Amino acid sequence: MARYIIQRLGYMLMTLFLIASFSFFLMKLLPGSPLKMEEKLSDAQLEILYEKYGLNDPVPIQYLRYIGNLLQGDLGVSFQLSNQPVTDILLSRIPVSAHLGLQALIVGTIIGMLLGIVAAIRNNSWMDYSANIISVVGISIPSFIFAGLLQYYVGVKLGLLPIAFWGTFPQTIMPTIALAIFPLAISARFMRTELIEVMGSDYIVTARAKGVTKAAILFKHGLRNALIPLVTVLGPMAVSLMTGTLVIEQIFSIPGIGEQFVTSVMTDDFSIIMGTTLFFAFFFILVILIIDILYGIIDPRIRLAGGKE
Amino acid sequence: MDKEKLNKDLFVPANRKEDTSEEIRRPSLSYWQDAWIRLRKNKGAIFGIIVLFMIAVLSFAGPHINKYGLDDQDLGLSKMPPRVQGLENIDWLRLNGTKSADLTAATVEEAQEKALARFTQTDFEYITFDVKNEGNGQEDSARVIAYFYIYDAKAVDEYFWFGTDTLGRDLFTRVWYGTQISMLIAFIAAIIDMVIGVAYGGISAYYGGRVDNVMQRIIEILVGIPNLVIVILMIMILDPGIISIIIALTITGWVGMARIVRGQVLKLKNQEFVLASRTLGSSNTRILAKHLIPNTLGMIIINTMFTIPSAIFFEAFLSFIGLGLQPPEASLGTLINDGFKSLQINPHIMIFPAIVMSLIMIGFNILADGLRDALDPKMRE
Amino acid sequence: MENILEVNDLHISFDTYGGEVKAVRGVSFNLKKGETLAIVGESGSGKSVTTRAIARLIPNPPGRIKEGEILFEGKDLTKLKEKQMQQIRGKEISTIFQDPMTSLNPTMKIGTQIMEGLIKHQKMSRSEAKSRTVELLDLVGLPNAKERVDQYPHQFSGGQRQRVVIAIALACNPKILIADEPTTALDVTIQAQILELMKDIQKKTESSIIFITHDLGVVANVADRVAVMYAGKIVEIGTVDEIFYNPKHPYTWGLIGSMPTLDNTEESLVAIPGSPPDMLNPPKGDAFAPRNEYALEIDFEMDPPMFQVSDTHYAATWLLHENAPKIEPPASVKRRMKGMASGMIANSDQGGEQS
Repeated sequence: MARYIIQRLGYMLMTLFLIASFSFFLMKLLPGSPLKMEEKLSDAQLEILYEKYGLNDPVPIQYLRYIGNLLQGDLGVSFQLSNQPVTDILLSRIPVSAHLGLQALIVGTIIGMLLGIVAAIRNNSWMDYSANIISVVGISIPSFIFAGLLQYYVGVKLGLLPIAFWGTFPQTIMPTIALAIFPLAISARFMRTELIEVMGSDYIVTARAKGVTKAAILFKHGLRNALIPLVTVLGPMAVSLMTGTLVIEQIFSIPGIGEQFVTSVMTDDFSIIMGTTLFFAFFFILVILIIDILYGIIDPRIRLAGGKE
Repeated sequence: MDKEKLNKDLFVPANRKEDTSEEIRRPSLSYWQDAWIRLRKNKGAIFGIIVLFMIAVLSFAGPHINKYGLDDQDLGLSKMPPRVQGLENIDWLRLNGTKSADLTAATVEEAQEKALARFTQTDFEYITFDVKNEGNGQEDSARVIAYFYIYDAKAVDEYFWFGTDTLGRDLFTRVWYGTQISMLIAFIAAIIDMVIGVAYGGISAYYGGRVDNVMQRIIEILVGIPNLVIVILMIMILDPGIISIIIALTITGWVGMARIVRGQVLKLKNQEFVLASRTLGSSNTRILAKHLIPNTLGMIIINTMFTIPSAIFFEAFLSFIGLGLQPPEASLGTLINDGFKSLQINPHIMIFPAIVMSLIMIGFNILADGLRDALDPKMRE
Repeated sequence: MENILEVNDLHISFDTYGGEVKAVRGVSFNLKKGETLAIVGESGSGKSVTTRAIARLIPNPPGRIKEGEILFEGKDLTKLKEKQMQQIRGKEISTIFQDPMTSLNPTMKIGTQIMEGLIKHQKMSRSEAKSRTVELLDLVGLPNAKERVDQYPHQFSGGQRQRVVIAIALACNPKILIADEPTTALDVTIQAQILELMKDIQKKTESSIIFITHDLGVVANVADRVAVMYAGKIVEIGTVDEIFYNPKHPYTWGLIGSMPTLDNTEESLVAIPGSPPDMLNPPKGDAFAPRNEYALEIDFEMDPPMFQVSDTHYAATWLLHENAPKIEPPASVKRRMKGMASGMIANSDQGGEQS
């Protein structure tokens, strides 16, 4: 197991390094200068700035310097936001996004799993059908459409909840709902199919033949086995949370990392774009690693296989 | 036992009738016939097919049904609400060409004055009110809903079915044209993903050994890269446009397909029927064409069906964060994005493209689900 | 000996899209204390459904007990509520299933799976249950029981898993043990070991066993009495000796004729022609008639009743009616019946071949 994790960590670092290099050279390919306020500056001033940021050096030198700084945890400074270190900007914005994302993830998966369990137990009832419709709609409709509809109907028309900004609890409700729809839908669907399959398997009959109560069968035998495949949807969920934060933070004016990223894309703020890219990649790879490890904890068959590898 | 009643004549050896118990009563069905029968039984999938078919027809016919062109701007007719012949008298549909506003003030009169400002009118000729609360003089205690007959006010007797956008362009035309573009992007991206993915996964699995090893290490690194990040980076260096969106979507999009195909081929490769065929001297091409590809096709189709909605989503997402198509091009994503800018006062600009897009996504997703159930050999009885 | 279980006129149907599948159509038998009753028949003959009904393990819907009663120590199990049934399952009546690869929960330690019933029915503490579990594993012949209780099913071989399944079934000293083809999924050598184990356990625990199988070799090895099922009915029932030396039903003849033996190498096996009827629309009259070369005209008109051959031997065939022509079993079957008498002991040591 330990060897396996070390191997995975190796791949993780390699991927991160590739993304860092890739984004660096892509940024170098971009037309124009990274210093957007250049119109206001004289050529002499510009020259000073170029010299200061080392932009006059040959690209390979810049690249090595970039990687070197990266290894020390230095992501450079923002050209647009008065030379603020990118690390500081990210650190100030990550907590907001993490708060929103976790809130949505927890609300979504818990409600989704309950929905899926009910649908599986009452298979082919009206509850099952409604749960099915909810999950198809939730998987299909993009979160930004939900966000827009919520903002218009709940916020503007009914005036029930604040339509933007971040800070108070009511302000977090609508973005959380909009972001939670996908995890809710996908966990409801997976829970349902897996639980139905598990509850039809031979070992459930064995448990019934032992005289175990229905509740104990569901919780001790059914859920644990149904949860294993649920781990696989954590990946898509993480992706949906990342894309979700980009648009939802934009729609509700939430000062998170997604909103910062979109703003930086608009203003060609390269160092922030690269920093955020690396952060997203890091987050994503971490999630994949966690999924692999979780797999091993939940399913003893895989735990053994992983150890042998 | 009532022996007496039994007829003795019956106790003779029977003439053996033609034995029919071995007859195969059910017609034998090919894999695809069987899948088609199963798909037809799936109500959701049929609903998906119908919805997608109608949207496809409308997306081609839609831009030509009325007289408005894609880019016919008329600033005088900007932000017209939707009005549809026949449906304009059904109140709750709100397709009667009125704008409405929910206004509160200290008194009803003040609220009505607000309506004039909101609709930039000088008198109440084209405005009616629905007084919800008379109010008692305190701040915001009176509440009225104002309806503004903008078509009458502007003396327009045209019908904009989906209304017009901020530049006065007919949204009906633009929504269906945008649907075409979104679908085009999604289909091309899905096909490219499929071709690259099948080739990569197939080669990797079929040749195995070192080839597979190297190709798998590459994939392992690629799956670590979030699609989102790559797509955005690619779009930034390419000029915005249909082609760059397709490139951005496919640059890592094929990885999922490659993994699925590889898994499937690896599984099939060692199954007895393939070994049998090899023992009988089949060539590599024959094994690929007759055994591996047909048995992988179901998985490929299912995966492609799931790729299409996800490509539509990504296109819309890119437009939403400002990296999508540039005007005057339109896609569902850019239309929804435009709509967001005036959502609070003119919701129709966003709602129509949003509905069409949601229907497409739902259609593809349930059709793909249905296909998965129909094509999955595990489900075959 | 007194009856511990009496099944009277049991009818079980499954409601499917195609219609009502009548899986069991009026089955009656009894089980005495300490005896082993084998139920033999082809797949789909209703043998598993009957025994699952005894433990009330038939999923409802689609399955339901249409009529009949199952008297366990005088209580009618078909009338019990699910909660009451949970007190009986595992404690009074337990079941050993066919496929040990799938009948154990893959994510639960085998110790926990055995202890579950002990904690529920015997109200044992966890530590008591654990030491009892170790005893049970010793009883079913698993070495290193102490270490193995904390392992997961995938760490066991097929035969070892079946031993675990048997340990689960034995945990609470059940009065009735239902073994649903417990050796079918195992290698021949392992089959013999498991059969020996079951015989051994029966001696020690004196429980009654219902043994389902399609393998006559196994029947000869373990059973006291045999019930032959065809198309949802018992067509012949009697002691092992009666069924093997004096079979009366043509279907039983067919089963014996199609069984490979060690000494009859010179002749080919006799297959029963055709396949069992579609239970969605069972044919009129005797369901076996279309496949029966000795069928009488009346077989196509009326279902035969049970004719008594001896105190313990009954068969449902019109051939036993006083008006019927006297028909002897085919020569090859007769030879086998004789061969069986001498081969039985040798055969039982082999543990039985696959049919």
